[in-house]
Amino acid sequence: MKFKLIAEISFALLRARLKQTMVAAFGVTFSITMFITLLSFMGGLNDLLDNLILNRTPHIRLFNEISASSIQPIAKSKAYAGAYNFISHVKPKNDLLEIRNSEAIIKALKADPNVRGVAPKNTVPVFYNVGAINLTGVIDGIDVDAENKLFTFQDYVVNGKTMDLKNTPNSIILGIGVAKKMLVQVGDNIQITTSKGTQFPLKVVGFFQSGMDEMDKIQGYVTLSTTQKILGKPASYVTDIQVKLYDMTLAPALAKKYGKLFETDAVDIQTTNSQFKTGSSIRTLISYAVGITLLIVAGFGIYNILNMMIYEKMDSIAILKATGFSGKDVNTIFITIALTIGLVGGALGLVFGFGLSAVIGQIPFNTASLPTVKTYPINYNPKFYLIGAVFSVITTYLAGYFPSRKASKIDPVDIIRGK
Amino acid sequence: MEKKVIEAIGISKSFHDPLTVKVLTDISFSINAGEFVSVVGKSGCGKSTLLYILSTMDTNYEGELLLDGISMTNKKDAELAMVRNEKIGFVFQFHYLLNEFNNLQNVMLPGLKLANLSPKEVEHHAYQKLKILGIEKEALKYPNQLSGGQKQRVAIARALINEPLIIMGDEPTGNLDKKNSDVVFNIFKELAEEYHQSLLIVTHDLDFAAKTHRTITMEDGKIMSHGLSSS
Repeated sequence: MKFKLIAEISFALLRARLKQTMVAAFGVTFSITMFITLLSFMGGLNDLLDNLILNRTPHIRLFNEISASSIQPIAKSKAYAGAYNFISHVKPKNDLLEIRNSEAIIKALKADPNVRGVAPKNTVPVFYNVGAINLTGVIDGIDVDAENKLFTFQDYVVNGKTMDLKNTPNSIILGIGVAKKMLVQVGDNIQITTSKGTQFPLKVVGFFQSGMDEMDKIQGYVTLSTTQKILGKPASYVTDIQVKLYDMTLAPALAKKYGKLFETDAVDIQTTNSQFKTGSSIRTLISYAVGITLLIVAGFGIYNILNMMIYEKMDSIAILKATGFSGKDVNTIFITIALTIGLVGGALGLVFGFGLSAVIGQIPFNTASLPTVKTYPINYNPKFYLIGAVFSVITTYLAGYFPSRKASKIDPVDIIRGK
Repeated sequence: MEKKVIEAIGISKSFHDPLTVKVLTDISFSINAGEFVSVVGKSGCGKSTLLYILSTMDTNYEGELLLDGISMTNKKDAELAMVRNEKIGFVFQFHYLLNEFNNLQNVMLPGLKLANLSPKEVEHHAYQKLKILGIEKEALKYPNQLSGGQKQRVAIARALINEPLIIMGDEPTGNLDKKNSDVVFNIFKELAEEYHQSLLIVTHDLDFAAKTHRTITMEDGKIMSHGLSSS
């Protein structure tokens, strides 16, 4: 009841200065619009760049590093127990790349409730033969279904289908860079040579484009069984086990656990790709800083208009106080004015911000390195809208606070005497 | 003995900026219910200063002020605001109407603030007050559409809305011509005699003062004469 009266007075004062009020509200609208647009766009871009790496990277990778065995036979000899030994020129064993007992490990991983999926992989260094020239390259033997599910492999295949890789024996999906160098088309046959000198014919069933040029120039994908055939290894031969988790943040702890449990090397995504998180967070920080700066500038606009209004309405404030409105009432009146400007301006800003980001989201954005992206990326995270709304209210409140306090302190006697 | 609506006991006030100047010295007087009192004196004798102290708007003084038998000294701002709202009606030299509201709303504002009555009842009362002052036809116009005399009458209606203990006026006819001054004076007289409204009017118009029940004369911050109570 009492607030209704205060609100009525506030709105009457607002209407009396409608133009300036609208300009102040527009300031808030503009800043919130830009804040939302900037963060949505930056967020979209961040996601795009992060996903470029993160989508293609396992959360935990189990593998065997080529290294000499840490326990040499002499250490086990009882004759030299308690003695020191020095061995020069230790060489790593031949079969160490293989993860031993891989089938059991995969089974155990799939049973773990933290694990979203497991994709085994073989990495084979090869030469692509083009006439007399050999191009160095790497072929990954993959489980096509798991790779599609966990690493959106199909998104990066620009020519042909991933299913062809699975269904055609001895087939390969070539990186677009390699394909260009070798001048091959889908359906052609190519020859590869392994590091051990074995030659092997493969049929090209598709091209892929990862967005990373260096990778596209060397990489090829075949099925797991094809690599086993190339290397002449049994069906259990796996050099890498890639794990995707439900919660990425658990990766460092789980990597350590798996490494110990399965007696392999294990590395987590945070360790391998720390620079991406840093880049994203700094970009986000900059967008917030710019957005908040805009809001503060809008806040000064509100501060100005309220100061002007109070200066103009000195008489009205004096008479309100003389007829029994307390300083607190006057304070509430001007805070209400400020918050009304903030809420109306802010709400419009959220709507316009959504509109503008939607428009930007329709602008074509074609880049050779990102085959799946056709328009500018936009992240419609409700968090941005919430932050925008909260900040618009806070800044307008602060902008209104000092002028309102000034108004509440006006001494009616001074004003009335001054006449 | 009649009920005292307002009583000043030894009120003194000094301005300290830039030099200490004593503007009021040991002022003591009282006003009874239903009295129509005027305060006269030369410009600068402290009569307006006294009025602002009596009205509770100026709290920086020595001495004691009783309103309706209750001490106003050392009360908090918000409490004083409530006292002003409920017990004191003001009429200034300038009308101080809010141009954003129509005349009826202007009259209603202190009543809505008091909130003893529903808005409908306050509106009804406001109409009645405007009727007493003969300007009910202007109720829905805005202050800037009225003449000076009419505005002052709206201001008086606003002072009356909460049926205050006392109406205080600071040169209420100071800005008006002779004809409108008379109209305003007659309204005050009518309020005092028909509605037994207590009034305290500061003026330098001796004709005006002569027609009131009692005239307090001030000089150099002191009361020279309390006047004779004729009622």
